Amino acid sequence: MKVEAKPVFDSKVQTGKEPNSKEEQKTGADLLVESLIAEDVDTIFGYPGGAVLPIYDALFKARDSFQHILTRHEQGAIHAAEGYARVLGKPGVVIATSGPGATNLITGIADAMMDSLPLVVFTGQVARGVIGTDAFQEADVIGITTPITKQNYQVQDISDLPRIVREAFHIASTGRPGPVVVDIPKDISASPCKGSYDSDFHLPGYHPTMKPNPLQIRKLADAISKAKRPLILSGAGVLHGKASDKLTEFAEKTQIPVTTTLLGLGTFPASNPLSLGMAGMHGTFTANMAMYDCDLLINIGARFDDRLTGNLAHFAPNAVVSHIDIDPAEIGKNVPTQIPIVSDSYAAIDQLIVAVTDAGDHDEWLEHLQDSKANYPLWHNDSKSALLPQWLMKELHQVTNGEAIISTDVGQHQMWAAQYYTFAKPNRWITSGGLGTMGFGFPAAIGAQLAAPDETVVAVVGDGGFQMTLQELSVLQERRLPVKVIIVNNGALGMVRQWQETFYEGRYSESLLDVQPDFVKLAESYSIRGYKVDNQEDLLKVLPEVFEYDGPVVMDCRVLQQENVYPMIAPGKGIHEMIGVKP
Amino acid sequence: MKRIITAVVQNRSGVLNRVTGLLQKRQFNIESISVGHTESEGISKMTLVVEVEDNAKLEQLTKQLNKQIDVIKVSDITDKAIVARELALIKVVSSGQLRQEIQGIIEPFRATIIDISKDSLTVQVTGKPEKIEALIDLLRPYGIKELSRTGVTAFLRGHQPSVTEINSYSLLK
Repeated sequence: MKVEAKPVFDSKVQTGKEPNSKEEQKTGADLLVESLIAEDVDTIFGYPGGAVLPIYDALFKARDSFQHILTRHEQGAIHAAEGYARVLGKPGVVIATSGPGATNLITGIADAMMDSLPLVVFTGQVARGVIGTDAFQEADVIGITTPITKQNYQVQDISDLPRIVREAFHIASTGRPGPVVVDIPKDISASPCKGSYDSDFHLPGYHPTMKPNPLQIRKLADAISKAKRPLILSGAGVLHGKASDKLTEFAEKTQIPVTTTLLGLGTFPASNPLSLGMAGMHGTFTANMAMYDCDLLINIGARFDDRLTGNLAHFAPNAVVSHIDIDPAEIGKNVPTQIPIVSDSYAAIDQLIVAVTDAGDHDEWLEHLQDSKANYPLWHNDSKSALLPQWLMKELHQVTNGEAIISTDVGQHQMWAAQYYTFAKPNRWITSGGLGTMGFGFPAAIGAQLAAPDETVVAVVGDGGFQMTLQELSVLQERRLPVKVIIVNNGALGMVRQWQETFYEGRYSESLLDVQPDFVKLAESYSIRGYKVDNQEDLLKVLPEVFEYDGPVVMDCRVLQQENVYPMIAPGKGIHEMIGVKP
Repeated sequence: MKRIITAVVQNRSGVLNRVTGLLQKRQFNIESISVGHTESEGISKMTLVVEVEDNAKLEQLTKQLNKQIDVIKVSDITDKAIVARELALIKVVSSGQLRQEIQGIIEPFRATIIDISKDSLTVQVTGKPEKIEALIDLLRPYGIKELSRTGVTAFLRGHQPSVTEINSYSLLK
């Protein structure tokens, strides 16, 4: 028998009658949906299950108000929501069922916590009467998510639901953004209720400091006027504060050079002469030496992660450190800070621009850095025909005019993309920085494409990471989202292999992926175009075609396996001890 | 160094878990923690005695506590003029003949005997941690069968002396 495919949410096909008839009693789930509409939510990533059946029923009734993206695994849903939040700057919304549905979200929640992404995550829970009895599909979601959420709630009383939803969105999206989990027992979402959305909430312990202390700004302005070798380190806080343009204005006014963190790529145009590129373990030699040599380091919205600082004993040893951060707990956590400024990045830079009347004289410093940039640029081996991953990134930049939204996993391909896809604008770089999550890039690209339907979105993934979440190809197929998946395929867990080569005498323990699927056929099985290229000539032929096509593509790029990411600060070494610098 | 930290928190489910989880995650050593209601409805107060390496660690601890949404106010009251009290219940092996002797020991501590059985008695003592330590030491030779301490609870005295006087009030340094 031939079954004709019908849209899933066509109610008449499924029930034969219009739901939401007047006599139906409003439920907790309806109240939740009402609250989501009031919070301006129009996209939900999720996966149904037993404990969220009432919520999915309410969503069905309100299906005109939302697009619900049915990922094929809860991890796909949460990473997609992260990509969505990264591009739009507003909370990504996720719904998953109790027990395994909720536990499948954990990696994404932890990832969002580390990289300060706003998420509001609704998990189903077993009915209140059986919580704590090891009921079917019960997991202690509050216990599990407490260390990896900005805040979490279990709804104990239906009258609290609208307030909790309001608080969840407020907390997720203000101050230092982060994930908030709301755990909803099934009997709460199923039970009748009379309440309605209410924008009132009460958070006496939550007042993010948005404006800087003018005295501290004055202090920093004085330090700038005295500095001979000042440097700005720009992090993701500049993105959250929407302060990229302000940063450029400030840097140009004061002629202070700028380096960015991995997550801060795009906060300052890479093409600006004051840009030193990315700093850190695989940053540029010039950026890292500038951090070593500077006498004033102005950190704006970065958290001095260990992959940035290297050995702390050698980090900015001669510098007065100023740190602008909206989260006071980040200041002084890793690096002693002489001029702390608790503030939103935009407000702080805005006031600094006014406060700095004399930016001092540091021409010699700028000249030195320009020389260093010219003498020690990023470099890689050359080949006439073989596909080099670094070359691939440059070609990607070329074909997309450097304007694509790039989403990556973690590892070698991530570092090459960070090094060679030079970003001109903010919010075009989606990567798992803090947690370093394999399998993040592809679903995050789906979220990004939904957030920015008219932009070119490229998932740059490794062959290892892609195989962790490739089930989401179904979403591309279903939605015809034109995401371009570029698999940087070196037949290995590249970064693991590189470290085994460098630090474990080439003992490649479980890091070579000798057996792989045929990614082209795999794509085709989802009705997605697949390409496989293994040399430069073919790539140059295929690439324009891929980006002219308005549908999804999977491109298996067979790059050289033995390529390593350089330069590098070896673990335990200082930022001045880079190896693999251009000879 | 040992510090007494108080945290005023919203009395929501999970808040104690969040605070202790945070201390564990950030590798802070808690010596004791006590929690209870305050004069305001819905507001509880935690008193933590923690062992920290240096001032930087201490600053991190208070900042991380402050960062929690349900934490309203964090104070390090170690160097302030404070009243700090702890309660301990001590069950001591004691036959009839020794009761008088033990009574004599605990009297100067203003402790009381709150339960007596054939072969044991239970002493209740309140005071600063040092006082409780001292009494425990004195009772140990008789054989302590069971010991239970509440941990310190503390707050600021009504009058705070000027800075120069403070050191003499310091409790735990």
